Amino acid sequence: MAEDSHRVLVIVPAWNEEANVANTIREILTADSRYDVVVVDDGSTDATAAAARDAGATVLVLPFNLGVGGAMKTGYTYAQRHGYSQAIQVDADGQHNPANIAEVLRGLDRADISIGARFADVGDYSVRGPRRWAMLFLAGVVSRVAKTRLTDVTSGFRAANRRAIDQYVKYYPAEYLGDTIDSLVAAAHAGLSVTQVPVAMRPRAHGNPSQGPIGSSIYLFRSVFALGLALMRGRRKAAS
Amino acid sequence: MIVIVGIVFALFILAMIVWMLLSHRLREKYAILWLVIGIAMLVLTVFPDLLTVLAQTLGVQLPANLLFIGALALLVGVTLHQSWELSTAEDETRRVAEEVAILRAEVEALQRAAEQGEA
Repeated sequence: MAEDSHRVLVIVPAWNEEANVANTIREILTADSRYDVVVVDDGSTDATAAAARDAGATVLVLPFNLGVGGAMKTGYTYAQRHGYSQAIQVDADGQHNPANIAEVLRGLDRADISIGARFADVGDYSVRGPRRWAMLFLAGVVSRVAKTRLTDVTSGFRAANRRAIDQYVKYYPAEYLGDTIDSLVAAAHAGLSVTQVPVAMRPRAHGNPSQGPIGSSIYLFRSVFALGLALMRGRRKAAS
Repeated sequence: MIVIVGIVFALFILAMIVWMLLSHRLREKYAILWLVIGIAMLVLTVFPDLLTVLAQTLGVQLPANLLFIGALALLVGVTLHQSWELSTAEDETRRVAEEVAILRAEVEALQRAAEQGEA
């Protein structure tokens, strides 16, 4: 089963992204010939899987929606079984520019996990209100745990080396927000190093993920809750 | 004395919930309602007068009745939520079983084709 370990697995979690996924895959495949693309179709009800297959990706079809966390764990398990030494998550909606994949991967030279960060003074990505406070707060706390300055810990644009892939396969929470923050805190507690690479994000190609003030407040509450739990878990592990 | 027993019990329940959360024995989505129940228990045991005041303002004759109504409402909430989640989980296992059955048939078809190719 083991494949060439110099190849990079690009994991694309996709849920009802038939309008965007094919374009994203084509862009990734043309960016570098070392990239293999695996699309995790997270229980889509549209033609995401067919579109992804036609565009040249391997497609893992989940029979029902597991959430981004579940989809990513599937992707990392695939990466582990096929012996990839590097894997990177790229969202299907086109927000992550495949041209930046190489830069984010280069972060793995100095750390186990490399995050393509939106707030690192590149690009004009902006959010306001509770959601922004939540992101700033989370970034501050996770930075302390990871002992390095991180500005965007909820970014899904992140690369992992073999150590990190193994850690993710061992523990990658499916809970909401767990997929980004909890997995990061758990990885940091397990002794993995984290770094970030500034990247610009693009607007979604099709569709609009709008969120009102109530949604943002719930996001803030849940993120604080998830983070608190993740932090307490770490301390327990360290104590025992 | 009974107040101390109540506080100890409430604290025990809360500690249990947090421990289960930390050791991944309880998922966050189930924890919220249980935490509400635990905290309500703790508040009422520390401030028993609160129940009397609440009963008076709401027009409930016996404070104990308010407690029963509250407890019933929360427990009905918990059971309903669990029935909901269980139904979803049953549906998902059914779909996994379907998937496995179809995959097995397809693998067997492939094996047959491969054997015929060899022969």
